[in-house]
Amino acid sequence: MEFDADVRYATTHEWARLAGDEIVVGVSDYAQSTLSDVVYVELPEVGDKLTKGEQFGVVESVKAAGDIYAPASGTVVAVNSSLEDAPELVNQDPFGEGWLVRVKLDDAGDLDDLLDAAAYQSLVEAEQSA
Amino acid sequence: MVYTPHTDDDRRVMLRAIGVSSLAELFADVPEQYRFPDLDLPEALSEMDVLRELQSLAGDTLNANAVPTFLGAGAYRHWVPSVVDYVISRGEFATAYTPYQAEVSQGTLQAIFEYQSLICDLTGMDVANASHYDGATATAEAVIQAYNVFRKKRRKILISPAVHPHYRAVVRTYTQGMDVDIVGDDLIDTSLSDLVGQVDADTACVIIQSPNFLGQIEPLAGLADRIHARDPKTLLAVVTNPISLGLLEPPGSFGADIVLGEGQPLGLGLNFGGPYLGFYATRDEVVRQLAGRLVGQTVDADGKLGYVMTLTTREQHIRRDKATSNICSNQGLMALAATVYLSALGKHGLRQIAGSRRLRHRGLWSLLQRVRRPLPCPRRRDQRRAPGPGSDRPDSDRPGSDRPDSDRPDPGRL
Repeated sequence: MEFDADVRYATTHEWARLAGDEIVVGVSDYAQSTLSDVVYVELPEVGDKLTKGEQFGVVESVKAAGDIYAPASGTVVAVNSSLEDAPELVNQDPFGEGWLVRVKLDDAGDLDDLLDAAAYQSLVEAEQSA
Repeated sequence: MVYTPHTDDDRRVMLRAIGVSSLAELFADVPEQYRFPDLDLPEALSEMDVLRELQSLAGDTLNANAVPTFLGAGAYRHWVPSVVDYVISRGEFATAYTPYQAEVSQGTLQAIFEYQSLICDLTGMDVANASHYDGATATAEAVIQAYNVFRKKRRKILISPAVHPHYRAVVRTYTQGMDVDIVGDDLIDTSLSDLVGQVDADTACVIIQSPNFLGQIEPLAGLADRIHARDPKTLLAVVTNPISLGLLEPPGSFGADIVLGEGQPLGLGLNFGGPYLGFYATRDEVVRQLAGRLVGQTVDADGKLGYVMTLTTREQHIRRDKATSNICSNQGLMALAATVYLSALGKHGLRQIAGSRRLRHRGLWSLLQRVRRPLPCPRRRDQRRAPGPGSDRPDSDRPGSDRPDSDRPDPGRL
């Protein structure tokens, strides 16, 4: 299982990669493997406001529908429209081609609450052994 | 799947499996006074006596098959060929719902698949679901679908006053906990053009009925374009009578986004007002917001044809608290009846029936014209206006009015 060291993680299994005053958001490798084959991704629209900790989308797999929560507050500036026709990108490349949205941050300080790769890995290991 | 009651042997096996020696022991936790409550029922009657009693009760009721009935409005006494009851009475189909282990019941799924395909053909739409309770609840689901297509950002739903009043009432009941405004139907003489004039960027959906509740066929051509000229994204939902589609062009060909209606005319009896059948079809682009369930045709690992539950995106077992509809099944037995009926009729038969409805409608209309002054067809707006200058109250309110036709119905008050 991959724990990308360049991103920060929410306890709800989303990741955020900082680029200038924006973040790219996706779901972790652990999240996609738990969901199994993703068949549909419901994303917000460009211009929508996201609030940290609130649901903004759904990743639906053959066995479950998982809500996605905003790792930080901000405005959606781009959505990954390739997921409309190829939702499996979330499984194949969760930290790359399977990204979900790009968000212009209201406050970069929101990222301070997120976990680094090591802390997130221990959280996942604790969840798996539970 | 065969539905048979448990035998004594079945019960013994089940009791043994859970380690209980008798039925009495199984119910031991139920306080004794509640186990066999005194129901205060009359003495048991023989089969013959029961039949006599029921026949006597039935004799007090008018039989819809023996007297003219003008109820209409979605409840029609059409001839139901006996093949319909024969097929839906087969034991394998004897459940009102899609079974919970749906794929075990391939026959049920195939019937639903055929039903969906027939509804798509009739309505001219891409995709139909496995059905709703009735036309009224299907109309309410159109509101919910449109609201979700716009992610709850558009709050206005325009509904024509010529949509069945019960449907409009059910729409309001269904949506009372939602943040939507159901508007457009407060004046009976609001025309489709008036309705289109109220479309704005906050309008999720325009709901009209064709043929409408008054039996008029309002022109659908260009309606979607006129709506989209005011707002390019607003959805158009058309409530229709499926028999009329034997003659009329399907609403799908006029750019409707949702086509729905009461399926009772498709081989269902009057059934004392229910069970009826809500049919519902929409476009591929908005299928994710479609309530209910969809059955699809596929092949198994050996390449053999099979049927599966394909999409149930809004249901509670998939979406839990995020479900947008409490529909978790369908009106299975009635959908089956409609499928058998349409299959027995074929497209020529349906056209014939629609044609005979039209002839009878015209016949009734011309007969009624002989008894009363010309009926309002189409609706005449001027007759709903307030009294003209110089008159402080309408004629009909004047006591002892000597107007020769004052006892005649006001054609505006239909």
